[in-house]
Amino acid sequence: MPFLEASELVKTYTPKGAPVVRALDGLSLEVPQGTVTALLGPNGAGKTTTVKVLTTLIRPDSGSATIDGVDVLADPDRVRRMIGASGQYAAVDENLTGFENLMMVGRLYHLGSRVARQRATELIELFDLAEAQNRPVKGYSGGMRRRIDLAGALVIRPPVLFLDEPTTGLDPRSRLGLWEIIESLVSDGTTVLLTTQYLEEADRLADSISVIDEGRVIAKGTADELKASVGGQRVALTVVDEADGDAVRGILARHGTGEPVVTGGRTWVVPVADGPAALASVVAAASAEGVALHDAGMRRPTLDDVFLQLTGHVAEESDETTGSAA
Amino acid sequence: MSTIGSGRATGTTAPESDSGAHGTLEPAPGSAISRFLSDGWVTTWRNLMKIIRVPEILLFTMIQPIMFVLLFTYVFGAAIDIPGDGYTSFLMAGIFAQTVVFGSTYSGSAMAQDLKDGIIDRFRTLPMSGAAVLVGRTNGDLAINALSMIVMMITGWIVGWRVNSSLPEFLAGVALLLLFAYAFSWVMAYLGMAVKSPEIINNASFLILFPITFISNAFVPSERLPEPLRVFAEWNPVSALVQSARELFGNVPPGTPVGDAWPAQNPIATVLIGVVVLLLVFVPLSIRKFATLSR
Repeated sequence: MPFLEASELVKTYTPKGAPVVRALDGLSLEVPQGTVTALLGPNGAGKTTTVKVLTTLIRPDSGSATIDGVDVLADPDRVRRMIGASGQYAAVDENLTGFENLMMVGRLYHLGSRVARQRATELIELFDLAEAQNRPVKGYSGGMRRRIDLAGALVIRPPVLFLDEPTTGLDPRSRLGLWEIIESLVSDGTTVLLTTQYLEEADRLADSISVIDEGRVIAKGTADELKASVGGQRVALTVVDEADGDAVRGILARHGTGEPVVTGGRTWVVPVADGPAALASVVAAASAEGVALHDAGMRRPTLDDVFLQLTGHVAEESDETTGSAA
Repeated sequence: MSTIGSGRATGTTAPESDSGAHGTLEPAPGSAISRFLSDGWVTTWRNLMKIIRVPEILLFTMIQPIMFVLLFTYVFGAAIDIPGDGYTSFLMAGIFAQTVVFGSTYSGSAMAQDLKDGIIDRFRTLPMSGAAVLVGRTNGDLAINALSMIVMMITGWIVGWRVNSSLPEFLAGVALLLLFAYAFSWVMAYLGMAVKSPEIINNASFLILFPITFISNAFVPSERLPEPLRVFAEWNPVSALVQSARELFGNVPPGTPVGDAWPAQNPIATVLIGVVVLLLVFVPLSIRKFATLSR
């Protein structure tokens, strides 16, 4: 039996003057003990709603969920004694110091003040916040806030950790730092459910990825399995001038085994049967048609390709570029 | 919970790193009541720290009543003729009432702000009492109000306000003012959670508070108001609060006619009934609202 299990979760909202939104539309999920599962999907796919149901913040309209056999809907108080949650908005008290925030959380877990103090000290150390621990959080950088928030989720050393877009909005360096922390937690055997819209993040941290779109899991597997399911090699051409897009699209369509797609405005990708041969012919064709290339190469499918294939649209903000190029 | 503990035994790697090595921390033993009290204290402490760390709150809390005492005493005091000890004595109960009612609006904006910041979400994933969060918040208002009462009394004393009653009556008057404001904090806390926007709740509170504090006997005797306003003022619970405080501080001007409405005749009973009704309605309503609240 999986450590964390969600079955057929449905949650609908009715915004004023708008049709019903099915935030969760029969979402099911299984997370084995000691593993990291990533929920991967664009904004509005239902990732945060899933986490909110599992962390007892909202009740689904229907469906069920258990954590280590405890029914999340029937026994939320017991669930709250075994989870830690850290969200994309660092939920810390701005006016309290880092240390005071952790103390407060420990006290609210009813650890007793001696244990709460000891644990806060440990976490400050672990998250490298010793220097800032006695300053109010309002003076912290974005990365430090996330760290203190994540530390708050770890106060009781929970067996299950929920990380809702832990690195959204962070600069690359802070992101890398947070990834290293999460990796060290995972190596200790904590069961983690992570949501992210960054394919790279899921690829790096997760044992298993559930791709979700419109409130449902549309695919799941390891990063490699998902990439393999899309299959084969790709040829990618980056043009110098965006106006050459149509020409490149035509060339790739003739040599590829699928529909060419554009990412980032100027890079066109198509699945091919024989990578090296296809690459040679498309470069030759581009040269013959006078299309200036910035870059040309073969690549393995990425999770971006997986997402695109499964949902028909690109993850993250590149939505617009596909729209305009199509 | 033992299954969780045994599950955690997998943490054999990374000895100096943390998390798994010692198993999940269990709560210290304690009864449900002691936990509730502890949660209430921790959240009250959090709100008191906010008063200490955000000097603007304290500054405005202190300056506004001082300004009101001085403005009303010297600007209106000259124009409004009150028999007996004069306008300052008459005014002070009104300023007290207005200030503590205004002070109780912090709960509205603070709940909305905490919701927006995600702190409510954090609290709600903890095995703590939701009601305690509201108790802590309304206690914060109580602390602010108690502080501003002290500042106002000192200011009032300087400009000539005197208590003409016994110590028990004086203390009863102070308690009644704080109690009414405390009950009103629960109303504002509920509205803050319902509206969810700190900006909207701030502006909306002024739309409610100005009429209910000004269309009352707080600043002018209500019998001098035009008829419809006079009726409103006589039934206005803030008038009952002001009248109660005036009576308990011995500041009722001699020969003041008392309105015919029941609240005007029985101000202290009216305030107590008002407090009970507000608490009976808004405490359960707020607790229920909190239990489903999320960002």
